[in-house]
Amino acid sequence: MSAITVYVPGDAAALSVGADEVADAIIAEAKRRGDEVRIVRNGTRGMLWLEPLVEVATEKGRLGYGAVAPEDVPALFEAGFLAGGDHPSALGPVDAIPYLARQTRLTFGRCGVIDPFDLDDYAAHGGLAGLDKALAMEPRAIVDEVAESGLRGRGGAGFPTGRKWLTVLEAEADEKFICCNADEGDSGTFADRILMEGDPFVLIEGMIIAGLAVGAEHGLIYIRSEYPHAVRAMQRAIRVGYERSLLGTSVRGSDKRFDLAVRVGGGAYICGEETSMLESLEGKRGVIRAKPPLPALKGLFGKPTVVNNLLSFASVPVILAEGGDFYRDFGLGRSRGTQAFQLAGNIARGGLVEMAFGVTLRELIEDFGGGTRSGRPVRAVQAGGPLGAYLPESQFDLPMDYEAFAAAGAMVGHGGIVVFDDSVDMAKQARFAMEFCAEESCGKCTPCRIGAVRGVEVIDRIIAGEERAKNLVVLDDLCELMIDGSLCAMGGLTPMPVRSAVRHFPEDFDRPAAAQAAE
Amino acid sequence: MPYEAWDESRATAIVEGYRRERGGLMPALHGLMEHFGYVDEGAVPILALAFNLSRAEVHGTITFYRDFRREPPARHTVRVCRAEACQAVGAEDLADHACRSLALDFGETSEDGEVALEQVFCLGNCALSPAVMVDDRLYGKVDADRFDRLMVSTVGEGRP
Ligand SMILES: Cc1cc2nc3c(=O)[nH]c(=O)nc-3n(C[C@H](O)[C@H](O)[C@H](O)COP(=O)(O)O)c2cc1C
Ligand code: SF4
Ligand code: FES
Repeated sequence: MSAITVYVPGDAAALSVGADEVADAIIAEAKRRGDEVRIVRNGTRGMLWLEPLVEVATEKGRLGYGAVAPEDVPALFEAGFLAGGDHPSALGPVDAIPYLARQTRLTFGRCGVIDPFDLDDYAAHGGLAGLDKALAMEPRAIVDEVAESGLRGRGGAGFPTGRKWLTVLEAEADEKFICCNADEGDSGTFADRILMEGDPFVLIEGMIIAGLAVGAEHGLIYIRSEYPHAVRAMQRAIRVGYERSLLGTSVRGSDKRFDLAVRVGGGAYICGEETSMLESLEGKRGVIRAKPPLPALKGLFGKPTVVNNLLSFASVPVILAEGGDFYRDFGLGRSRGTQAFQLAGNIARGGLVEMAFGVTLRELIEDFGGGTRSGRPVRAVQAGGPLGAYLPESQFDLPMDYEAFAAAGAMVGHGGIVVFDDSVDMAKQARFAMEFCAEESCGKCTPCRIGAVRGVEVIDRIIAGEERAKNLVVLDDLCELMIDGSLCAMGGLTPMPVRSAVRHFPEDFDRPAAAQAAE
Repeated sequence: MPYEAWDESRATAIVEGYRRERGGLMPALHGLMEHFGYVDEGAVPILALAFNLSRAEVHGTITFYRDFRREPPARHTVRVCRAEACQAVGAEDLADHACRSLALDFGETSEDGEVALEQVFCLGNCALSPAVMVDDRLYGKVDADRFDRLMVSTVGEGRP
């Protein structure tokens, strides 16, 4: 009998709940029994509550078992899981699990399916088709295809990617750069990390296509230092890329060159802002640059630079392979294609859900997420990261769409959705938003640097019950000042979580101090 | 994690490896961190020379980023996530517990240099929160019990 393939994710989230120990236990038990197994360390499928999710390749397809603990392994063998045997953790065919089956996986289609570092596996699952097309196209045609797709930046601001690339293409320079923003500092987001660990070649492919489109031969991926595992995964994939002539002087045997390297951040949230990231890439303090000039014209080392979020780049290969109109057919209004939503916090089924824009918060939280992990009612969600709004249940029918969210005083951001149950104290959450801004401000402008510190003090007074009405007005004025007087969205958007908390949960800002003390 | 003791010629050799990289200061600093666990004051002139910067510029970069420790590190660094997705499932209780059980505040190192406790804002494990990182390893769904067991298996016996 030939070896049976068993998949045990090597994703950091899976490892965080024991995937390595499970893999070791499977190897040990197989050896003891004389069974031949081949372990593939795939990425995660994104059903994180099921991790470690072990899959066995059988004639009935890939069958899942999860969440598996190392102690479960002997019983799994006893149950004949190598042939798909039944066991309390059996999930059946993984592709048929509704959480996964209902998704539209355009960007994450291979994630969790393939061996992340096997370029042949990547190509066998549709990888490189977009790049091969792009290699035969004129730069302007590549840009047009991306513009046609309607793709907008997945890092938060939702700027049309095609338009950004056109600016860089049209800029005259001896040198241009492609910079991938993989700083992913927002709480509640992990899609960039999952993709780097589960399908790193799709990012490499997307960045090479960007290089071909704008005439750039150098790329850098800026990864936050809190992601050591992703850094190693990306470095390993780049090494394979060079060995296999995906990268280097002759991309896939063509006369095109593309060099790519990883850079690691320094533990500063602000370095996710693109100009701060560019400063950091130049070896400087991550202080925000004034815009204009746009990075597209004067970016890294003063040269025209494409800065995109990791998911923006990773969406490009499928756009080239299937056509801009294919991608454009998904979505709602001016939000085209799919977004990787990330269900986090107090949620029963946390994970990654790639869906076309237009899906509602309620579908994501209830149908996919299954409500809270604690079993208590959902009270609030924070959408779009630490600078995003807190929304109450009454807003859950909002469709995921940049414009609809903006109209509701919220933002889609990088797609993070953090769920809180009814034990949350929204005054504390508002206070944290200010505290976070004070902690992470780059320090360049006063409304942000000092305003956030003042914000914490004012909210403390409100919580303590000191002149509430007056201090709520002070808080609102302070928010106005931060919005008007901040150079970047760090100071400019911190009022969003604060104001939305006050607006949607006023009762938490008006509780008798004595009642709080007694809690 | 065993780090080498600070050594000027070793540091010069490490920095040399990054000198030709444009904007190589950050990678060079990470390189020094990897070897020595911190960036010694003595590295400033070496870096300034290598990258043709003033000492003030090098110093400015080092101090801007929380990663670049300027004192030798503890043998183990325990980082507890205190961002929103972890708050939603009890990160503040976990943070209190961590402080109590290690008898440290955030930002402090134990007197014997064994363990440092730090706070962090998001480790990218927000669906399996609360999250903790010990040295380079990530842990999920960490409650007080699991934290204590983790301390025994990583930081070592007798601690906390
Ligand atoms: C405080 C702050 C933090 C940010 N963090 C990130 C981040 O971690 N990742 C990211 O891609 N964009 C982040 N952005 C947005 C970037 O400035 C920029 O808009 C984005 O990288 C552009 O790429 P896109 O058009 O593909 O979204 C942040 C912005 C601000 C103001
Ligand atoms: S708003 Fe804050 S983070 Fe942005 S430039 Fe001003 S001080 Fe820096
Ligand atoms: S918020 Fe704690 S891991 Fe993301």
